[in-house]
Amino acid sequence: MIYLDNSATTSPYKEVLDSFYKVSQGFFANPSSIHYLGGEVEQLLTKAKEQAASLLNVLPKELIFTSGGTESNNLAIKGIALQHQNRGKHIITTQIEHPSVLEACRSLEQFGFDVTYLSVDIEGKVSPEQVKAAIREDTILISIMHVNNEIGTIQPIEEIAAISQQYPKLFFHVDHVQGLGKVPLHLAHEGIDLCSMSSHKIHGLKGTGLLYIKRGTSLYPLVHGGGQQEEIRPGTENVSGIVAMVKALRLTFDNQKNKIDEISKLSRSIRECLAADSRIYINSPKTGAPHIINISVPGYKPEVVIHALGKKDIFISTKSACSSKHSDESAVLAACGLEQSRTMHGFRISLSFYNTEEEINQFCRTFLEVLDELSDVMGR
Amino acid sequence: MEFDHIIIRYGEMALKGKNKKQFILQLKKNLKQKFTSFSNLHVIRSRDQMYIKLNGEDHEKVIEKCQEVFGIQSMNVAMKVENDVDKIKEGALYALREAKNAKTFKVTTKRPNKQFPIGSQEMNQVLGGHLLSNTDQYTVNVRNPDVEIRVEIRQDATYIMSGKIQGLGGLPVGTTGNTLLLLSGGIDSPVAGYLALKRGVKVEAIHFHSPPFTSERAKQKVLDLAHTLTKYGHQLKVHIVPFTELQQKIFREIPEGYGMTVMRRMMLRVSERLAEREGILSLTTGESLGQVASQTMESMNVINEVTNYPIIRPLVTMDKLDIIDISREIGTYEISIRPYEDCCTVFVPKQPKTKPRKEKIHQFEDPIDFTPDIEKILENVETVTISEKSPRKELFEDLL
Repeated sequence: MIYLDNSATTSPYKEVLDSFYKVSQGFFANPSSIHYLGGEVEQLLTKAKEQAASLLNVLPKELIFTSGGTESNNLAIKGIALQHQNRGKHIITTQIEHPSVLEACRSLEQFGFDVTYLSVDIEGKVSPEQVKAAIREDTILISIMHVNNEIGTIQPIEEIAAISQQYPKLFFHVDHVQGLGKVPLHLAHEGIDLCSMSSHKIHGLKGTGLLYIKRGTSLYPLVHGGGQQEEIRPGTENVSGIVAMVKALRLTFDNQKNKIDEISKLSRSIRECLAADSRIYINSPKTGAPHIINISVPGYKPEVVIHALGKKDIFISTKSACSSKHSDESAVLAACGLEQSRTMHGFRISLSFYNTEEEINQFCRTFLEVLDELSDVMGR
Repeated sequence: MEFDHIIIRYGEMALKGKNKKQFILQLKKNLKQKFTSFSNLHVIRSRDQMYIKLNGEDHEKVIEKCQEVFGIQSMNVAMKVENDVDKIKEGALYALREAKNAKTFKVTTKRPNKQFPIGSQEMNQVLGGHLLSNTDQYTVNVRNPDVEIRVEIRQDATYIMSGKIQGLGGLPVGTTGNTLLLLSGGIDSPVAGYLALKRGVKVEAIHFHSPPFTSERAKQKVLDLAHTLTKYGHQLKVHIVPFTELQQKIFREIPEGYGMTVMRRMMLRVSERLAEREGILSLTTGESLGQVASQTMESMNVINEVTNYPIIRPLVTMDKLDIIDISREIGTYEISIRPYEDCCTVFVPKQPKTKPRKEKIHQFEDPIDFTPDIEKILENVETVTISEKSPRKELFEDLL
């Protein structure tokens, strides 16, 4: 099997599964129970949070565990909007955010919020000047992703953070789900107030995510309950999932240190090989994240190509899995201003630390073969 | 090019006379216990300093460990190079670059080897010039540099040292006898234990446990505190004393205002008996004058009456805030503030006597025979030995 759909989800590390099992079995007590068993689990949870904080270079109390990237994004956006609506009701985001950001913003429009969806250039980039120009007296939140999930564009987070810092009423949220472990981001950087992360994108398990909330930032909780996690995200903690995520984070950061160059190398060879074929357009910018390569093959129906590759045990995706259920067009590619022949025929190849050069060579060869096989029916 | 050894300078023990060797041997032993994870290190002692040959181990990690050992005043990382100007230049540049936070530097050359062709003054200029022209972020400051690069040109080779790194000071643990620390779950007693360790005392702990009035979590808290202290004391025995029955008896038999005073006296009695049994020569407490009702001069006078053992009170004249500072530094604060009841808080009377009177104490205490209770407690002490690498910690590390 050649798995190249790592931006949809990754296969869990073996060590992570082991921890998940051991914690589920041996530390099943409720961390809020006052008996000894509960105390032990509470300690484990504390330890896990401390380790996550030290890996991310933030304070333990600045981290809230959630059910995943979608919840983290919703909690950040709605939490800030509800808590600070008296200051203003304007939110700035971009047209190419993940649906959990875009839909959260749209839902707020029903409650009288005004949202600016910034356009992006052909590479999917938003400029700091655009952000600055969009800021109004009543703007309370900017939400911009670090790495785009479909094409891998890296947004100028540092510059935008510097701008948002000049406006004390403004909070800055970064969706770091795709960037985590691949493109470094300094959370403690002045100006980033909130940051979303997800476990299953870094070889952890589905059902756990993180939201960094800078000290002193107040949020209105989306759910109410028994006071766990600073009352921001109550509910009995998903201890096994949390421990698994923290372990995945540690292993991923180790890999990032040692293996990120390998991913960049694989990414370059995919680009070189596919760009040499006149049927294929590369959509991902060269300056983008190393693990995401988005291409278009005009005339070829993506679904058919995906299935043909699947038969040969090779797995890539069309656009992001989270929006594949809707229309055929990639909203991200459309926002980049590409014509329909490209936006309707996009593919995403996404890499992990597990992929090898051999796999990549085989993928490129097979991909071109599949195009050849289908060319009678679909070629232009 | 890399640092190949660390030079360790002794603290106060350098001033010792004929028994100095014992101190040095103990320090070497304590260091070796810290170094179990570095298989290549070689420790060489001499009368005035100790050398650690790194043999490829990471000097920063070794230094970190050394900074948890009492008896070390300061350390230098150093390297040995040939008596060759280019090699010395290269070494000095490496040493400067390794001094991460420094902005200013100075070079000090000594030349005991007079055959070396360049004088020490000239050598300072040659090296200083080389460092300046090969770096951007540093300037020279001869009066008060952030880092001093010291170069010693000897017969066999040249030694290059940088930045003095502070050690913890104090005396090597195990050189000045032993003590039984009364360890509660609070902020003070672990700090008292730390300071006793700093004076070279080997510490064992006694904890008064009153289930079900105090929980397993309170006990675990004490074990965690003890575990934190093992960082400085390598191994710590914790004697857990079942205190419930005696405490209930005091509660029943002694008028409320004096209950706390009598309880303290009982704690000292039990501690003294345990110390005697274990061959321990002193008691240590976290008492600080005037902090709570049991720590007024009157209370301390009355409570102290029950024992002839020396009681070490490292915190007795310290301000609470200073105590908190130390507890944060040594990592016990976060554990101490966990909110579980300990045995002192459950039975505390609403209005404890701050000025208990001796004759009153005797009037209440003398008619009651507490001896059987104390004997029973001593028979049921649970002793836990905690070492720096506890299985519990390893389990968590394994999971995470």
